[in-house]
Amino acid sequence: MTMIPAFLAICFFVILTIPFVGVKYKGILVYLAIVVNAGLTGYLAIQALTGLPFETIFPGSAVTGAIALRLDALSAWFILIINFIFITGGFYGFFYMKAYQNQSKNLSLHGIAFLLLYSALISLTVIQNGMVFLIAWEIMALSAFVGVIFEHEKMATVKAGFNYLIQSHVSILFLMLGFMWAAYKTGSYDFQVLSNYTTGEKGAATVILFTTFFVGFAFKAGFVPFHTWLPYAHPAAPAHISGIMSGVMIKIGIFGILRMMLVIKPDFAIIGYIILVVSVISGLYGVMLAIVQHNLKRLLAYHSIENIGIIGMGIGLGSIGLGTGNLVLATLGFAAALLHVWNHALFKSLLFFTAGNVYQATHTLNIEQLGGLIKKMPQTAFLFLIAAIAISGLPPFNGFISEFILYSGLYHWLLDARLLSLVAIVFAILGLVMIGGLAMLCFTKAFGVVFLGNARQAFKHEVHEVSFQQLIPLYLIVFFIVAIGFFPGFFLKLLIEPVSLLAGNSGVAGIFEINTMQTMQQISWAAWGFIVLISVIFIVRKLVSRKRTIAVEPTWGCGYVKPTANMQYTASSFIRSYTKLFKPLLLSYKKEKNIQGIFPADGFFESHPYDKLEKWLIDTPIMEFKSFMSRFIFLQNGRLQFYILYGIIFIISIICIPIVYDMFIHLIGYFKQL
Amino acid sequence: MLSFILILIAGAFFTGIIIRTKSIASGRKGPGILQPINDVVRLFKKGAVYSRTTSFIFQMAPTIYFSSVVMAMMLIPFGQSKGLISFNGDFVFFAYVLALGKFFSIISAMDTGSSFEGMGASRESLYSLLAEPAFFILMGSFALLTGYTSFQEMFAALHLGSYISYAIAILATFVLVMIAMIENSRMPIDDPKTHLELTMIHEVMILDNSGFDLGLILSAGYLKFALYGAIIVNLFIGMVPYPYAIPLFFIIQFLLAIIIGLIESFIARFRMSHNPQFIFALTSVSLLIFFGVLLVLGKFI
Repeated sequence: MTMIPAFLAICFFVILTIPFVGVKYKGILVYLAIVVNAGLTGYLAIQALTGLPFETIFPGSAVTGAIALRLDALSAWFILIINFIFITGGFYGFFYMKAYQNQSKNLSLHGIAFLLLYSALISLTVIQNGMVFLIAWEIMALSAFVGVIFEHEKMATVKAGFNYLIQSHVSILFLMLGFMWAAYKTGSYDFQVLSNYTTGEKGAATVILFTTFFVGFAFKAGFVPFHTWLPYAHPAAPAHISGIMSGVMIKIGIFGILRMMLVIKPDFAIIGYIILVVSVISGLYGVMLAIVQHNLKRLLAYHSIENIGIIGMGIGLGSIGLGTGNLVLATLGFAAALLHVWNHALFKSLLFFTAGNVYQATHTLNIEQLGGLIKKMPQTAFLFLIAAIAISGLPPFNGFISEFILYSGLYHWLLDARLLSLVAIVFAILGLVMIGGLAMLCFTKAFGVVFLGNARQAFKHEVHEVSFQQLIPLYLIVFFIVAIGFFPGFFLKLLIEPVSLLAGNSGVAGIFEINTMQTMQQISWAAWGFIVLISVIFIVRKLVSRKRTIAVEPTWGCGYVKPTANMQYTASSFIRSYTKLFKPLLLSYKKEKNIQGIFPADGFFESHPYDKLEKWLIDTPIMEFKSFMSRFIFLQNGRLQFYILYGIIFIISIICIPIVYDMFIHLIGYFKQL
Repeated sequence: MLSFILILIAGAFFTGIIIRTKSIASGRKGPGILQPINDVVRLFKKGAVYSRTTSFIFQMAPTIYFSSVVMAMMLIPFGQSKGLISFNGDFVFFAYVLALGKFFSIISAMDTGSSFEGMGASRESLYSLLAEPAFFILMGSFALLTGYTSFQEMFAALHLGSYISYAIAILATFVLVMIAMIENSRMPIDDPKTHLELTMIHEVMILDNSGFDLGLILSAGYLKFALYGAIIVNLFIGMVPYPYAIPLFFIIQFLLAIIIGLIESFIARFRMSHNPQFIFALTSVSLLIFFGVLLVLGKFI
């Protein structure tokens, strides 16, 4: 009970003191506050995961009604993820921000925003009062906005920030609609009351209410077609903020969807199919666009959309399982979704942090200008490689485990499916397989071009590895990526409580025991066997080639002896056959001048990938709206007299309209009497 | 365990038989069928040349590539006897562990900083991603047909009874042979004997590998053929007792090698730009199998 005041007190105290301490201590102070608060919330979360949920109700005010804080297993799972990513991300950010030591005021603001973002995210997982939830949501949106626009002297950063801010508020609009409708029907903002109300209510009303919430949360999570803010905001933010945004902030959207599922209990089968279709499309669309990006962080941002799609597929499967009474499917679906939430938080934050290292070392994120960094930054390259393998869903790392559970769910569903669901299954399997393959294409490109080969551009400054302290949190993340891959059973045990909660059935533990644990044991053996096999062959190779002559020569250029770095395969050429194949679905603006004639002048080629959906859903409507509104531009003529006239017309019409309306009604009544 | 040994033996001869078939078909005498093994042994004894551009990725990649194939071999059952590792959904692991090997072979090609090897890497990554769906849908069809989701249980329960199931088995064989050809970068997709780097896929990726590493890559290729051959064998042997099943295994592998040799002798390589269409068409064939299974089970409507 004393923990919540302590949590808030620490938060307020640190926020108030940050502006007054020296620039060196700001970061330490924020980080300490986060560590202490993470300890407090982590303790409660672990208790909830072992089956002891925590509940407390504050009296609140006349406006909000009683404010209920409930920390159940679902909240606990997300709290642990948020804590972990903020502890590693904060540590990383502390060193990342050293380069900006001279911007003292900016750093204060950033520190406050960072702490507020953390507190808001934690609060969102436990607050069960619609009104207060919206306030916390707004705090989260605003503090993330402040975090994103740290480099506000750059125009692109501010633009990206506003794009994010506007879209966040569209998301809030939907949530507000949902909560208002709920409050209107139940007379209370409490989730529990809403839950009691919807239990009796079946059919269209709950589906529509849930869909409203789903759209609101989908903006935050980045489901297609609500994803367009992500690829702008992530590259613009400092690396630790992008890592945290992608790692945990968009997951709060997933949390919201799951929470609303628990509260509203809509018609699960219908909802499940909707989520499944949206998710498969999100996954495919995200990765398809990720491949064509030239900006490393933008590429990663599109991958977040892909992974949200994979998580959504798990939620969809779980929901269908609930709707059709297939408990195994529900278990596997929700387990895959929840595990992938953590997995994605791990490898995506790691990828953003390593991208931040690359940016610090080279001051660019354009992958066409990079290359050969593995020799300058071997540790960063190694960390990126692990994360790249994990995100492609390849064994023996964590991404494989969650995708495998998803596959098990799909193939389990296959066994007792009818025709319609079979079509859905084939669609989902095809989607998941393609997502995996495309992710591999994308990350072989990203890793191959950024870290391998020769440098494509000489930098004026020296490129070197970042300090070891900055790499410590990254190794901690890698530890978990590897641990989940090699001991999946242990981590799945943690999931039993949250999944039972979502499936609303205590039979889940039994299913875990029978169905999943044995398989996970085998996968664990296989992973270990694989490592042993690689080591044995590697040792044999070492022993055999010890006595042989090893020569080092230039790369074989098929007879050409003077290759330059410019002759390497570039990122664009690596994906050229892909872009040709997927042309109808992609959009790219090109500028080129071919080399022609006997005495050719310089030629050039530029391509700027763009998002087709963004063009259709955002740019075109805005353009149409603007051109429509430009017809009324004569009203804005700059003369004060006219503006006063508008005011008077407005006031008169406000007064007159009801009178005219009454007269009109009167007149109609009069005619009726005739 | 049994299948592991059988695949090793079959792998030793498979490529030799293909080469022999090709040489006979083109009217040459050709090398002995153990020549590929001799090549690998010779390579194992040689020193190596590494490119100045390469890093530790290039040193590790062939080992991981080879291990991934060996790992995949361990998952293959033989009739009633399970593979060394067997669990529900092991075919997912099978496909993904092979993909891990491919991941490393692709990045090791990128590691050389060559203008040619990137070309192969780019093609390999695209083609392998297009071939994956066919395999997963095929396995989904078997899972649906038999009600199991592990290699061994699926194959053991696969009863060939009606005409439709024969059609399904033949289509499945076709899909698997084609996947094997794509995975190994063989004929309709890629010509291993071409002389021009621009038109290669697999061969151009390993331009800079030499010595022990090249030996590993080549032997991984041999094993991969026998690996897919073993899956095809499993389609047919079901519960046949060992004294018949083991000779049957070698007969089918032998026939498969000859068929591949004949395909390579009489079909020209596709144009690079037509490959994706062809590969993705395999997915529609496996969808056909899927609908065939639905027919067998009466699940339509």
